[in-house]
Amino acid sequence: MSNTTKLVSANLKKRYAKERRFKFYGIFSITLSLTFLLFLLFDIVSKCLPVFTQSYVELDIDFAPKYLNLEEKSSYSKEELFNANYQKLINNSLYKLFPEVKARKQKRILRKFVSSGAQYKLRDLVIDNPKIIGDTKSIWLLTDDDIDSFIKGLIDENAPESERRVKDFQINWIKSLQAKDKIDSKLNINFLTNSDSREPEQAGILGALKGSFYTMLITLLLSFPIGVGAAIYLEEFAPKNYWIDIIEVNINNLAAVPSIVFGILGLAIYINFFGIPRSAPIAGGLVLSLMTLPVIIISTRVAIKSVPPSIREAALGLGASKMQVITHHVIPLAMPGILTGSIIGMAQALGESAPLLMIGMVAFVADVPQSFFDPATVLPVQIFIWADSPERAFIALTSAAIVVLLVFLFLMNLSAIILRKKFENKQ
Amino acid sequence: MKDIKQNLTQELDQTSGNPLLEENIKISCRKVNVYYHKNVQSIFNVSFDIAKNQIMAMIGPSGCGKSTLLRCFNRMNDMIEECVVDGDIKLDGENIHSKNIDPVILRASVGMVFQKPNPFPKSIYDNVAYGPKLHGLVRNSSELDDIVEESLTKAGLWKETKDCLSKAGTSLSGGQQQRLCIARTIAIKPEVILMDEPTSALDPIATATIEELMYELKSSYTIAVVTHSMQQAARISDRTAYFHLGRLVEVNDTNTVFTNPVHELTENYITGRFG
Ligand SMILES: Nc1ncnc2c1ncn2[C@@H]1O[C@H](COP(=O)(O)OP(=O)(O)O)[C@@H](O)[C@H]1O
Ligand SMILES: [Mg+2]
Repeated sequence: MSNTTKLVSANLKKRYAKERRFKFYGIFSITLSLTFLLFLLFDIVSKCLPVFTQSYVELDIDFAPKYLNLEEKSSYSKEELFNANYQKLINNSLYKLFPEVKARKQKRILRKFVSSGAQYKLRDLVIDNPKIIGDTKSIWLLTDDDIDSFIKGLIDENAPESERRVKDFQINWIKSLQAKDKIDSKLNINFLTNSDSREPEQAGILGALKGSFYTMLITLLLSFPIGVGAAIYLEEFAPKNYWIDIIEVNINNLAAVPSIVFGILGLAIYINFFGIPRSAPIAGGLVLSLMTLPVIIISTRVAIKSVPPSIREAALGLGASKMQVITHHVIPLAMPGILTGSIIGMAQALGESAPLLMIGMVAFVADVPQSFFDPATVLPVQIFIWADSPERAFIALTSAAIVVLLVFLFLMNLSAIILRKKFENKQ
Repeated sequence: MKDIKQNLTQELDQTSGNPLLEENIKISCRKVNVYYHKNVQSIFNVSFDIAKNQIMAMIGPSGCGKSTLLRCFNRMNDMIEECVVDGDIKLDGENIHSKNIDPVILRASVGMVFQKPNPFPKSIYDNVAYGPKLHGLVRNSSELDDIVEESLTKAGLWKETKDCLSKAGTSLSGGQQQRLCIARTIAIKPEVILMDEPTSALDPIATATIEELMYELKSSYTIAVVTHSMQQAARISDRTAYFHLGRLVEVNDTNTVFTNPVHELTENYITGRFG
């Protein structure tokens, strides 16, 4: 063995050991982060499961005009029907079910057995079909969130009564109804079709989801073309001078500005100065574009820089003009990088709540927004609002909203990845 | 020391050989100077002619400005900021820097093949079809097919690729890629082809193929080729120009340059004593 070989083989073991150690560190950290991720997902998903079902109670509703506070006549105007007292129908039916309840305090609690939104279901039913007045029908109505929580087993029956939101007599009501098969759990469509509500059993994610969608759409439509255009100008056309240097430094600085500052800026400029409606997706999108723009500009510039100069030369040598070189070669080649940067910027914007609080997107919005100009809230702000609410049922709603946010993010990333694959395959 | 340098410079300013031609001139340059920055000059006072349907080889040690000069002929240096070219360069008697010549049109008639094969990351077909489509040379797809076939045939690549035209150009071997680049260049039917060390990244067999190809192309095109291989220059070129430190030292028929060089520097270079 030559001297060199000896020296090398003496060291070789150490070198391989180092390699193995490094590999181990890598695997260890990946396993650790995967564990955390799985734990988080498991926690969120298991907490959100109760949202998928809701408990309903079957009540025999007597649509007698006297209970509706209506005079007896053959037909009623729409307004009369709209203003009739439907809560009274429910109350009556509940009193009939439990005639033993006499005390005023208990009666009040009994009235709250059914969700306060149930009366609107009856109202819609009557307005749709006024002939029902005078009849008695059995109808499934949504239970109150506390009752629902108990039925789902989320409230411990063995805890002392004073620490329980559902008292012993309420539990007896539930049990007697269950014995009569008058309580059933059904799929919860409210969560997907409603906007926010003070009553957890009626609260839904659709408003925030649409708000987020509109806001993201505005952000994308503004920041993608402007960002890519600015990056192309700076990279390909801008003269090398003092002003351009200043602009470059400022773009890099903008990427590091805390997001809440953009919220204050948006409040001052968009809302107070330009009079853009408060709490609207258009305002949110404008503010979030300020945040995503620098990210998109920086990543686009990096992507453009990494296009090999030999490709530009080849196209120029064939007689392509500068603009043709850019549109035929530089942008398609830079597209995967541009998309990656944009998706990072958009994902950040999707999860952002602080700047939106500044422009009023934290308001309680009970209507699903129908356009860019309607008051709306967005998913992360909705999560914040629900997490802040005291009712027990909001815990599940919070987790479910997080799941919806994650799914939204996943779909957004997926579409970007599919687009990127398309561009990569083209080449 | 400074004296020696000055002497060399003075001596170098007189080009020996036959730089200027009487007739059959395709490209002529007179007193061309190129500056990359205000006070960094890369080409000094170069004057010579390139004859039609001939191969002009440009040789010299690396860094002597061969590529820089070659890139003047299709105004590729315009793209480099701060690069200034002065002097007269004429293509068919017309100054290429004059106002009525657009660099885009110039580059359509003066094609270029680069040192490193640089096919577009597209299919073989699209690589060749890019130029004709860009300049609107074809009216329909069958004409385009014809041009692609013709160019690939001329570049000696048709047989190998006719069954896989949709394969990526970048998936070919180095030699095939360079022939693809040549096909791409001749697809726009230029009059002059500039080649900057087209075989320096290739193995001997691929090099031989390309050299043969250049020899065949000579009948229809004027070719200016930069090479650092003297053997290549001797094998393929009709005339040879030797450059040194940005100056043209000697131009003549290739035979004369290699058998009977006038300048001492040329002799040293071709006998391999330096460079
Ligand atoms: N883009 C450029 N910017 C500044 N200087 C350059 C550039 N390209 C080449 N040069 C300089 O010009 C001189 C000639 O280079 P080049 O023409 O590439 O030489 P060759 O092709 O003969 O090896 C070298 O000194 C080189 O440093
Ligand atoms: Mg060179």
